Amino acid sequence: MNAAPSRAKLMALIGLALLLFSPPLVLIFDRPESGLSWLPLYLFVVWLLVIGLTAWLMEHRREEN
Amino acid sequence: MRTDPVVLTVAFGYLALLFVIAAWGDRRAERGRSIIGSPTVYALSIAVYCTAWTFYGSVGRAAEFGPSFLLIYLGPTLAMLMAPMMIRKMVRIASAQRITSIADFISARYGKSSSLGALVAIIALIGITPYIALQLKAITLSHAVLVNYPDAADFRLADESFWVDKSFWVALVLAVFIILFGTRHLDASERHEGMVAAIAFESLVKLVAFLTVGIFVVFVLFNGPGDLFRQVAEAPELTGVLGLDAVPGGAIGWVGTLVLAFLAFLTLPRQFQVLVVENVDERHLERASWLFPLYLVAINLFVIPIAMAGLLLPVGNSDPDSFVLTLPLSAGIEGIPLLVFIGGLSAATGMVIVETIALSTMVSNQLIMPLLLRSKRLHLSSQGELAGWLLGIRRVAIVLILLLGYLYHALIGDSYSLVTIGLVSFVGAAQFAPAMLIGMYWRGATLAGATLGLLAGFFIWFYTLLLPGFAQSGWLEATFLEQGLLGQAWLRPYALFGLEGFDIYSHSLMWSLLANVGLLVGVSLFTRQTPVEQTQAALFTEAMNPGLQHTSLWRGQTTRGELQSLLNRYLGATATARILADQHSNPAADAPAPPALIARAEQALSGALGSASARVLINSVVRGEALDLESILSILDTTSQTLEYNRRLEQKSEELARIGEELRAANERLRELDRLKDEFVAMVSHELRTPLTSIRAFAEILRDGKDLPEEKRVHFLEVVVLESQRLSRLIEEILDLARLESGRLTLSPQQLDLVALIRHSVDAVHRLQEDRGVSLEVDLDIEEAPIIGDPDRLEQVIINLLDNAGKFADDDTPRVRLHLARHKQSFRMSVEDNGPGIDLDERERVFEKFHQIKRFGGSSGKARGRPRGSGLGLPISRGIVAHLGGRLWVDDAPTLHGACLVMELPEALEVAEPERQPTK
Repeated sequence: MNAAPSRAKLMALIGLALLLFSPPLVLIFDRPESGLSWLPLYLFVVWLLVIGLTAWLMEHRREEN
Repeated sequence: MRTDPVVLTVAFGYLALLFVIAAWGDRRAERGRSIIGSPTVYALSIAVYCTAWTFYGSVGRAAEFGPSFLLIYLGPTLAMLMAPMMIRKMVRIASAQRITSIADFISARYGKSSSLGALVAIIALIGITPYIALQLKAITLSHAVLVNYPDAADFRLADESFWVDKSFWVALVLAVFIILFGTRHLDASERHEGMVAAIAFESLVKLVAFLTVGIFVVFVLFNGPGDLFRQVAEAPELTGVLGLDAVPGGAIGWVGTLVLAFLAFLTLPRQFQVLVVENVDERHLERASWLFPLYLVAINLFVIPIAMAGLLLPVGNSDPDSFVLTLPLSAGIEGIPLLVFIGGLSAATGMVIVETIALSTMVSNQLIMPLLLRSKRLHLSSQGELAGWLLGIRRVAIVLILLLGYLYHALIGDSYSLVTIGLVSFVGAAQFAPAMLIGMYWRGATLAGATLGLLAGFFIWFYTLLLPGFAQSGWLEATFLEQGLLGQAWLRPYALFGLEGFDIYSHSLMWSLLANVGLLVGVSLFTRQTPVEQTQAALFTEAMNPGLQHTSLWRGQTTRGELQSLLNRYLGATATARILADQHSNPAADAPAPPALIARAEQALSGALGSASARVLINSVVRGEALDLESILSILDTTSQTLEYNRRLEQKSEELARIGEELRAANERLRELDRLKDEFVAMVSHELRTPLTSIRAFAEILRDGKDLPEEKRVHFLEVVVLESQRLSRLIEEILDLARLESGRLTLSPQQLDLVALIRHSVDAVHRLQEDRGVSLEVDLDIEEAPIIGDPDRLEQVIINLLDNAGKFADDDTPRVRLHLARHKQSFRMSVEDNGPGIDLDERERVFEKFHQIKRFGGSSGKARGRPRGSGLGLPISRGIVAHLGGRLWVDDAPTLHGACLVMELPEALEVAEPERQPTK
């Protein structure tokens, strides 16, 4: 019975990652202040966030199984 | 230290180390102690995605196009996020069907079509060879930079003989490596343990090398990242270099590159090889789904700092692709550049090894084998074993592919920057995505649709990316780039149909995928599938269906002898013995082969020859309907239908159970009501009969006893009158009750003063109570109590309460007390007596119809002239009070310690009219 909720969480995570990596949100962080764009920093932070969430989800899923 | 002999010794020493690791891995595997059976090694082997293009090209791309290089790694991150669903399905299909490559996968999906498999193999060959060339070029270039620095690494390969070029020798060594460790088994669907171990090791080497140079640049050349980025921010020429403006194509280019990387990660032949074919255990996907993206983060962490440092510092070589090497070289350090060179070498060789294995499998299984099988001479040849042939073909293919890659590199490689070739290959490989991904989820995709879609996508890719590439390297007239083919402006390769504003890769991807998907879907809707196609489509789309795994799909007829000779010819005696080994029964050669055995034989042949060829071979010995289409389709249909039916049945039965429960409860309630009704009727008859009986008895006495004394006669008549009164009161009460319960009791609520009403009622019962010897105390706290109520009915209630209290008061000194007080927004009138009181568990039951409290102390009450209650007064009173919005309940008696009945009525909102007197 645990499969369905964890699958739903994974779907939500995929949606979140897509959203965070795509233009509308990406554009927000492309504000050159003091000469440099914050975009790369934003991408790395979001990237690590997504990976962390995936790791958490996957390792929990394994425990459930 | 940067002399040629040292560099060459280190480079070839490194390659020798790879041989050792691969040999060790294979040795371990033979002893059953596999070293690749861990999710970490699996994730590292996927990192073959990071080629020399990542190692050198990312920095170049970051310097030129800002953060867009990250998209190449964000796409795979998204793909790995879907690994537990999508890639798991691919792995399961591949292991069930013994898939050997992506060409085999697509061909198997569309009815094991050999022509589609060949098409995929050709496209892969055309699209990927430049990519292999790119790796060789990276090796040559990095070697030149390393040795010639600080002179410019200017060289023209075309001007030199190939034996001077180091990458030629590297390619040769790699050919030997791949032949040794990539073609050990005939079965290409089996894992290449040693090779995977070497690839995982290479992934570690390139990561360590890149991190080393990154840390060196950030912390030695600069004082940490803060210092570096402060200097970058101060340099005016670097403004906006990290923003979205630097990304080609802007926001559209951003999304396009993201989609491109996502698709290519799944469809590049080498990625398919490590992700799917070399997967040992599908559970490894769960950990790899986050470990591999983490690897990508690590290897990209220092790309931007290195690129920025390269742009800031004068490094003597302006090519951004070489910053990784030239930065440490410019600092005069000797060791780190050598390590970087080895890192780049490991990235390049890892890619070349896996890509070549994948391509050679495709070439031998999808291109050459089908041709050989068609030639009658070979098919009927009496050569005992074709197994040797097969491996030979694959080995020749390996050498040829590497040679082709080298030729490409040597002939036109000079004109391309590293990144350009990589993305061209990506778009080429992405053409496999529709046929593969849509085929995995849509059963209706047909062979014709997939073929046409693939062809259209390929041609658009060829025209919009590959051909312009040739033109730019001077092989073709470049005029068609500007003016379009035949002078038609709408045919310009970089602005097809006049679509401008895209970067060239997004542009090509958009048009090619549009045509590809459009034709795949459109044509599929109008074409029919052959039976084999239908079966394969069902097997692919329903791969995760648990009902599928234990079914035999064969119903053909053949003998063991025929099967054995077939396997013997293609796979060799030992493999044949292994396949036939666990069939203990039917040792005779002319015994019919069981379906499971035929299926295993086809699987074994698929692993070696590809599914298309295997099917041709099996059909050559199996008579009758080889593939039991009907049963497989019915299995799938019934499984999904049964599931659906089950779900609906479950719903229905749940509903039924709920309705049954409701019905039972309703029945229970009805029974109870019926019982109450019977009881009520019995009670009413009883209550009516008692006064009637005495009336009749006394009336008879009066009729018969003519000589009764006058005194007695009067007494009897009085009794008759009293009993008649009681009878009519009882009937009145029953009628009230009936009206109350049926809701037909008509009240006429009006504003009135409860105090006045109480006084009136007390006056009415005062005489009666006095006659009975009951002392009545009235204690009114307030002068006025405006309420809304029906005066007649309320008076009835009050009188009833007082009457009851009088009846149940103490026998010797009966006392009754009425008390009225305000309580919040309402008025409370309590009537208490000094009788025995009411037990706690009796307190609600006194409001039941005909409930009569048993009196202790016999019938002395009657002796005092107190009539028995009918048992209807309290239920009626409660009904009336409830109708008026109030409550009536039994409470503890505070002063007299007997029973206490409390009536609470809400205060009327408007001020009462003082003159209003209750009627009656």
